[in-house]
Amino acid sequence: MARLARLALSEEELEPMARELSAVLDHIARMGELDLSEVPPTSHVVEVTGALRPDEPRPCLPREIALAQAPAVSDGGFLVPSPQA
Amino acid sequence: MNATDVLRLSAGEAADAIDSGSLAARELFDAYRERAAADRAAGAEGLNCFTWVASQAPAGDAPAPLGGVPLAVKDLFCTEGVPSQAGSRILEGYLPPYTASVVSRLTRAGATLIAKTNQDEFAMGSSNENSAFGVVRNPWDRERVPGGSSGGSAAAVAAGLAPWALGTDTGGSIRQPAALCGIVGLKPTYGAVSRYGMIAFASSLDQAGPLTRDVADAALMLRHMVGRDHCDATSLAFPEEIELPSAERLDGIRLGVPKELTGEGIETGVLDSFQATLVLAQELGAEVQPVHLPHAPHALSAYYVLAPAECSSNLARYDGVRYGYRAPDARDLLDMYTRTRHDGFGAEVKRRIMLGTYALSSGYYDAYYGRAQRVRTKIAEDFRTAFSDVDFIVTPTAPTVAFRLGEKTADPLAMYLNDYCTVPMSLAGIPAISIPGGLSEGLPVGFQIAGPAFSENRLLDGAHALERAIGFDGDAARV
Repeated sequence: MARLARLALSEEELEPMARELSAVLDHIARMGELDLSEVPPTSHVVEVTGALRPDEPRPCLPREIALAQAPAVSDGGFLVPSPQA
Repeated sequence: MNATDVLRLSAGEAADAIDSGSLAARELFDAYRERAAADRAAGAEGLNCFTWVASQAPAGDAPAPLGGVPLAVKDLFCTEGVPSQAGSRILEGYLPPYTASVVSRLTRAGATLIAKTNQDEFAMGSSNENSAFGVVRNPWDRERVPGGSSGGSAAAVAAGLAPWALGTDTGGSIRQPAALCGIVGLKPTYGAVSRYGMIAFASSLDQAGPLTRDVADAALMLRHMVGRDHCDATSLAFPEEIELPSAERLDGIRLGVPKELTGEGIETGVLDSFQATLVLAQELGAEVQPVHLPHAPHALSAYYVLAPAECSSNLARYDGVRYGYRAPDARDLLDMYTRTRHDGFGAEVKRRIMLGTYALSSGYYDAYYGRAQRVRTKIAEDFRTAFSDVDFIVTPTAPTVAFRLGEKTADPLAMYLNDYCTVPMSLAGIPAISIPGGLSEGLPVGFQIAGPAFSENRLLDGAHALERAIGFDGDAARV
């Protein structure tokens, strides 16, 4: 699960987390008592209509501003380590 | 006006005084700035309400109607050129290139940004103990938590370090700290306020709202927050103008008391205060009757599936590539991602990402996320049914008064149970306000009032009438 979530967790961190999450999941499991077979899942809590807008181009962030917060940049793009060392 | 008098004014009174010329906006700003800067400088010796304080008043006059009344803003909101970290190390040094729509709306109405407030990291927490900036202390008792996640906002307003503050509420993060600090906190109808520029936690639940000294200030701030924003497709046009509340009576108002949220698990002192407020409401003409929210006891379970699921998705963007912290000396790209996220996120955020990743993973999706979304449908139905019999539903805001620092950090489930009375309204997307109902063991108790979607005007009116009758005195918290 930690790998899926892209979190580097050590063995020492995994043990207490597994214990804490088990307690939370036991509590959550109480939902299993309910018969929900005929109930639709919520998609939106407030009735919304007409959320469409005209598809018109708008100005977006200039490249140099979008890059200004990056830890590393190169040639007008974000610079990252190689996918394979 | 002398400096003490200036600090006693509500935000609305201060705006009126500026408008009439009896108060200079600069004088008000400087009086608060000095206090906020002193708290920031004191670090852990102070209340630790702020993550950033303006170094000086902005040049020029702010526009009417708010005329320059200072506003403290939760660190979760992006503010252009001003540090915005959501209380997290992973956004260390981040200076947003734009400002959240709701903050822009308030400043266009004349509010002036004076400080950013401390919070639980990414708004995940009920005690403000999960912040990269350290814990916030409760001004009523510094050994206790202010609640969370908008703990810095609540403590700052209660202590008189800011006239009012902007917060966010996903499962109670405005109402619960407002209750624990003895102030007013309102979570508006989902979609009433734009979320653009509000750093996302759980997008189907997150909503911005005011933390204020009184109900009139909550109405005044909300008036300048609501409205459709093309940058947030879930934002809605509020059907009417937000009025300043004026009601003094509750004649003919039917208040529903759900037994599911007013019994087991609620501290005796909190229940006593709740009952005393109900008696006051009846004296003002309200009718009090029981209602049923049969699925409310399952709200917390559904919430702690849905919110972590959405958080695990929203927080995938923190990968060390575009902004914020990046772990140094990575072997390769994957190593950079995983170590950046390990070092950058705190323990509670990691716990929720793990929980959400699990709930969304193949084979478990229907049992957790799918089921939780069905429970959510039932909870919203329960409220709709109840509102055909009553105008408002009332509960204690939190099951306990402010607890001691460190008391619940070792037990996440015990911490989550704090949200027991606030989460059902969040899942239903309906507005709810917490007002101070009184004291228990010398600490504030919140009284929560919830109404149907878009009932904010009636809700604020009712809360205003009750507030007058309660006559809560928050002086003990002022520093």
